[in-house]
Amino acid sequence: MEIPYTVEAHPETGLNNGKIGIWLFLTSEVMLFGALFATFIMLRIGAEDWAHLKAEAELNIPLATVNTIVLITSSVTMVMAWASLMRKQVDRYRLFMLATVGFGFVFLVIKYFEYTAKFEHHHYPSTNTFLAIYFTMTGLHALHVIGGMAFNFYYAVPGAKLWRTNPQWLTDRVEHSGLFWHFVDLVWIFLFPVFYLL
Amino acid sequence: MSGSSHPDTHTVDTHSVDIDKHVRTYVMVFVSLMVLTVVTVGVYYIHMAPGLAITVALIIASIKASLVACFFMHLIDEKKLIYWVLALTMIFFFVLLFTGMMTRAADPVLPT
Repeated sequence: MEIPYTVEAHPETGLNNGKIGIWLFLTSEVMLFGALFATFIMLRIGAEDWAHLKAEAELNIPLATVNTIVLITSSVTMVMAWASLMRKQVDRYRLFMLATVGFGFVFLVIKYFEYTAKFEHHHYPSTNTFLAIYFTMTGLHALHVIGGMAFNFYYAVPGAKLWRTNPQWLTDRVEHSGLFWHFVDLVWIFLFPVFYLL
Repeated sequence: MSGSSHPDTHTVDTHSVDIDKHVRTYVMVFVSLMVLTVVTVGVYYIHMAPGLAITVALIIASIKASLVACFFMHLIDEKKLIYWVLALTMIFFFVLLFTGMMTRAADPVLPT
């Protein structure tokens, strides 16, 4: 059975199903992170001495800055992977896609070092409300990075077979996977100043 | 491509030129995002008053987020339906974000 509107636009929406699907999913993600940002605000304005709780957590700003740069760079390689498919350069596509996965991995390794440094100082989610919301939000974000990496790796290697039978479908899928990846970058753009700088 | 007489080749070439323009934009956005990241960290080390620091950091973050959304996520040129869906989401998002704060401000017992 053939799935309809994978490549061609649905007459009702003017979009293919993948595009509308990923955007609807991203709206639910906005609400998920939105609830946690709202929680953050309430914890912060309700705290007796937030600055003290934050100082106690001893977050590493240089490492987080490097991670911000890594994630932004991965967004560029992601969009370049899509552009390579639009130019019909499959080898370059695969290279950019694997670079995106690689940058995601670097991000997670840096995050791992940040987390272990916290645990060595006996800083856990239960230590104070700052660390509780810090681990919850950055942890959920890291899970999103892992999810995005899985999809990107799939489209870079086994999923790239689709290029031979339906190149437009692969190009669209990569665009949709990219939308998720850029969203993950976008969340980090807010997490970074909110936790580390303010 | 050398066979420019073929009608299909012509469309591919026009397409490539279009993508080249996109790629130039992506590079410019990348540079802007890097500069803004350096600025936001730089501002932190200046040690401004808390209220001002929050405002500046959130403005910079919003500009960065807009650049990602408009260019990397192609929202600058998207179908109407997506705009409507996102507009609705943003309304709910801001209601979610500010309701708690507003009820807190309305409570005379709690410090604001």
